[in-house]
Amino acid sequence: MTGDGMDLWRRLRGLVCTLVALYLIAPLVIVVIISFSAASFLQFPPPGLSLRWYVNLFHDPAWTDSLAVSVQILIPSATLATLLGTAASYALVRGRIPGAQILGAALMLPIIVPAIITAAALFGVYRGLGLNGTLTGLIIGHVVITMPYVVATVSSGLRTMDPRLEDAASTLGAPPLAAFRRVTLPLLLPAILSGLLFAAVASFDELIVSLFVSTARVRPVAVQMWSNIRGDVDPTIAAIASLCFAFAFLALLAEGFLRRRSGTEGQR
Amino acid sequence: MTQPVLELSGIRKSYGTHVAVETVDLSLDPEEFVTFLGPSGSGKTTTLMMVAGLQQPDGGTIRLGGAPIERLPPYRRDIGMVFQHYALFPHMSVRKNVAFPLEMRGMTRPVIQRQVADALELVGLSDYGHRLPRELSGGQQQRVALARAMVYRPALLLMDEPLGALDKKLREQMQREIKRVHRERRISVLYVTHDQEEALTMSDRIAVFNRGRIEQIGTPSELYERPATRFVADFLGDTNFFPGIVRASFDGYCHVDVMGCPVEAMAPASVATGAQVVVAVRPERVRLQSGPGLDGRLIEIIYLGASRRSVVRLADGGDYFVLQPAGAAEAEGPSPGAAVSLGWDRQHATVFPG
Repeated sequence: MTGDGMDLWRRLRGLVCTLVALYLIAPLVIVVIISFSAASFLQFPPPGLSLRWYVNLFHDPAWTDSLAVSVQILIPSATLATLLGTAASYALVRGRIPGAQILGAALMLPIIVPAIITAAALFGVYRGLGLNGTLTGLIIGHVVITMPYVVATVSSGLRTMDPRLEDAASTLGAPPLAAFRRVTLPLLLPAILSGLLFAAVASFDELIVSLFVSTARVRPVAVQMWSNIRGDVDPTIAAIASLCFAFAFLALLAEGFLRRRSGTEGQR
Repeated sequence: MTQPVLELSGIRKSYGTHVAVETVDLSLDPEEFVTFLGPSGSGKTTTLMMVAGLQQPDGGTIRLGGAPIERLPPYRRDIGMVFQHYALFPHMSVRKNVAFPLEMRGMTRPVIQRQVADALELVGLSDYGHRLPRELSGGQQQRVALARAMVYRPALLLMDEPLGALDKKLREQMQREIKRVHRERRISVLYVTHDQEEALTMSDRIAVFNRGRIEQIGTPSELYERPATRFVADFLGDTNFFPGIVRASFDGYCHVDVMGCPVEAMAPASVATGAQVVVAVRPERVRLQSGPGLDGRLIEIIYLGASRRSVVRLADGGDYFVLQPAGAAEAEGPSPGAAVSLGWDRQHATVFPG
């Protein structure tokens, strides 16, 4: 009797999960299909298939330039966010800092506060510093926006790591830096790389801060997409969206792989 | 006189208003095996952590081989430590784990290889060098931790409840193993446990901790046969406490009136006539007899395999225990319900303030 109830419940749960997944994935699937469309404007279902919008994407300087800008922002900002976020997490979790909880909350603010507030604030500060419309300004802005992802993953990695391991390294003769390099860092590396990937994805599709801080000359992909979709809409937008999706998807796969590996190598 | 390996004097530690270690003084001789025994929260692990340098004392001095070390970080102290849950590096093979302290000391590769092989042989894990810690059983992990903590021949080895996570059989086997390594390597050991049996079988001396102090320190037999305080008598082994009033005292002994019956016992400190006291007697030192003594009734006989524990209810309504080896218990004796009396030899009884 209870067995039947459980069975019904399990089926219902499966059905709901499938519907939610469809709801989430369907727009993506449609965009990916349209990106291979032969038609000259956004149309679904497409009348025929072609790669012309991908060809167009890589021949139009507006798109290639913005892709280059995005990469030039993404690499330094994700790297910086990872370095700073890891150092901050270590200090917050392992250090005995008064007010560590408040500091930790402050570090998470950029993903809690509406992005437009962060963006407006940065815009205001940059105007005084002359950083609006510069690569440097965009990189700094993206570090602010992406660091919380690193702090979140690295802090939770550190919390699940037995602090006794660092104590053991110390009693065995390892000075703090050697203990960090030989014990903490290798065990934390999967979490750090996860943070790096999240930061990279977040930087790549960040729109609002970029919108405030960028200009027509220095314009990352997300801003280019936004202005494109408001003007002449052709399926190039679907092609670039599909590329963004592929990038994020690969990053998530890599992250899942790292998590699995760290799961098997971690402590009980 | 040889210099002590370790000297603690006036070590103190508080966390906020909670006093973890009130004051501890201790001196450890070369090659000595000293155990800290006490209930949890008695300060034994905190004291060990301060010796290791993982906790900072609020006051007092710690000397290792005569030199003060309380200001040195753990990695500058010449101490090895085995942790309760082993704390093996999960990403390194057994060999890499054991080589770690040698690499930190900048030794050359051939020296490291030889010493690691030697240490692994000592703990019987020569064939396991390439394995990862998670591929080993609990007992094997413990041996790796032991090899890693002593491969660099530290002046002192600390062990924090190292066998707490193992089952009884394995624990006894590891106790013998640790004692063998201690003998063969002539190493000084500070060992923390809350298991009194472990303390009794392994130690040269035991320091019994209570409320942030060492209540008594001595050889296992001294502590067991001549407990200095009621706490030690109670914590180490089983003890009957008979309430009574001192009638007279004379050169180390006294007469005590227990439930109207005159008994004799040792008096460690001078006791005043008329004082309320308890007479502590181990169950195996109490005689179950039919002649004159403390009158009571045999309630039950508990079968313990190698021995029998008889429960006797006395006039005050309390239950007291008599432990007899199986042979003696089977030979004769009263059955439950019978009127019996208890007695003992005065050198096996000790008086404590009541």
